[in-house]
Amino acid sequence: MGFLEWATSPWGQSVPIHIAWFLIWVALIAGLLFLIVHATWLTYFAKEREFASDVPAEAVAKIPKHVPRHSLVARLFHWIMAASMLILLFTAFLPKVGFQFNWVTYHWIAGAVLTVSILFHIIHASFWLDFWAIWPDKTDVEDAYRRVRRFFGMPAPPPRKFAKYPLENKLFHGVIILCGLSVVLTGVFMMFRVRTIFFPRNPYLFGDMTWGLMYVLHGLAGVGLIALVMMHIYFGLRPEKLPITKSMIFGWMDRDFYLEEHDPNRWVVETSSSPSAAKNLKGRGLTDVG
Amino acid sequence: MAVIRDVMPAFELYQPSSVADAQKLLEQHGSDAWVLAGGLDSFDWLKDRIRKPKAVVDLSGIEELRGVRVMGANGGDGIEIGAMTTLTEVVNHPLIKQKYDLLAQAAEVVASPQIRNQGTLGGNVSQDTRCWYYRAGWPCYRAGGNICYADTPEGRNREHAILQAERCVAVNPSDTAPALIALDARFVLRTRKGERVVDAEDYFIGPDLDITRLHILQPGDLLTAIRIPSTWAGAQFYFEKIRDRNVWDFPLMNVASAMVTAGDNIERIRIAVNGAAARPLRLKAVEDAIRGKPRTAATGEMAGRMAVQGAVPLQFNAYKIPLMRNLVKRSISGVEEATWAS
Repeated sequence: MGFLEWATSPWGQSVPIHIAWFLIWVALIAGLLFLIVHATWLTYFAKEREFASDVPAEAVAKIPKHVPRHSLVARLFHWIMAASMLILLFTAFLPKVGFQFNWVTYHWIAGAVLTVSILFHIIHASFWLDFWAIWPDKTDVEDAYRRVRRFFGMPAPPPRKFAKYPLENKLFHGVIILCGLSVVLTGVFMMFRVRTIFFPRNPYLFGDMTWGLMYVLHGLAGVGLIALVMMHIYFGLRPEKLPITKSMIFGWMDRDFYLEEHDPNRWVVETSSSPSAAKNLKGRGLTDVG
Repeated sequence: MAVIRDVMPAFELYQPSSVADAQKLLEQHGSDAWVLAGGLDSFDWLKDRIRKPKAVVDLSGIEELRGVRVMGANGGDGIEIGAMTTLTEVVNHPLIKQKYDLLAQAAEVVASPQIRNQGTLGGNVSQDTRCWYYRAGWPCYRAGGNICYADTPEGRNREHAILQAERCVAVNPSDTAPALIALDARFVLRTRKGERVVDAEDYFIGPDLDITRLHILQPGDLLTAIRIPSTWAGAQFYFEKIRDRNVWDFPLMNVASAMVTAGDNIERIRIAVNGAAARPLRLKAVEDAIRGKPRTAATGEMAGRMAVQGAVPLQFNAYKIPLMRNLVKRSISGVEEATWAS
């Protein structure tokens, strides 16, 4: 039982044509196992989290009741991307497990939406957001080392509170980038093999081997996304993460949650004392009580 | 290594004598089983060693799958034709000739007399496509691969689809299928869940739903009979098949219509075309548009134009658009009223 399906091309060359479809079930089971193990761990074994220090009182006083976290544009991108991703996964894999429907058109339309939204996100994040906020920094690495040592009962100082995004978020984002870009880049070329409104069909754009590898990469990233999306939805629904999920809907999180999880020195919340912040808060229904 | 032709790969041959036994075998072997009816499609696949089933279930010994039976008193509810009834038997059956001549006309132009003696009605509607890239065993979409060799700039696609192509552009090669759709036939299937009866047009599927099959039969399923209701018995029928030679050839396209007129007007009509898409197409929109209209060349002309709306020709099959337009026109107004125009 191989991980790839192979075929002999008309020229006698052995070429991969796509992944073996049982990998869909592997991804699904892997995702489920992660969920079960994580939920069991948190319920029965995990200790109370400890952070390095409390926030000074004067810093707390400056934190508004509603801490702005995601702009409307960022939230719209997230939900558009989420919808297109779910449509892509369902249209790609449901027919493979026996639910027959006309999936190709929905698939490439959702793929086009995802591609445009990702391009928008790259530009938006590069020029309008704090680009580096989602990438692990030195503190994250140091704190991860501390957390690992403490997990194994070795001496280490408590980790510091998170910046805007916890390290887990940043790592997840990194993996999503890898899988997302893989499916998007290969998917754009694969559109040359079906009839779309974008390009004239040209199945000879690449050789059989290149096409085969492209289908394999598309498939591998696709099944990877099954597990990743399962994890993402699971964390989004976990009670202790609901404030983060709500912030993706309403744009802000409560001051209490912010102070519990985040370090105001690492994630500086713009308050009304900052002109740009006041401008941002205005009209968004946010109250700066600082 | 060269492919050995004409020597079939080894398989277990089962020759059940009842539908129940056949179904049990098919369920037992699942996707490893191959259903053998007349063998005319099967032996190509087997001798070319492109399909290598572990078990072949030969239906020729099942008597209950043969013959024509009337339904209701004096056939008032129509007829039921066993799936293993040969095409010659269909052509020569007096009741079919008298009341459902459309099917007899279609069956009579299938391939050659020898093939009709061996080929069955069930086999004719369930046969696989003749796209030569696919039949040659190349890894195209229909064979589970990721390309359609026919839908390429250099692809030989003169016989391929102009409508409803979805990655694969192969067409259904059956002559009897459009006739059965026009007669509002129902196909009787034995599945794991029991007997299932589907409308003829729903028996066939396109690549948008499943690119590897032309019909809805799943491994383990069996087509046992075809029922033709009396709704269209004795109606005015039209069948025409266009092919490269007059005998022993698959259709480039064919058309079948069943019509009931009231005076000069079309009271009821059903039209189906095959060879235009991966499944025989019932032209429902055309039927709706011409119902109640006079049976004239003008109505036929309008119907022909409607029928080809949305057609997308490939490199070498643009001729199929005027062909289909004219066939539909002739199926309504008759040969005398229609002129061939491109």
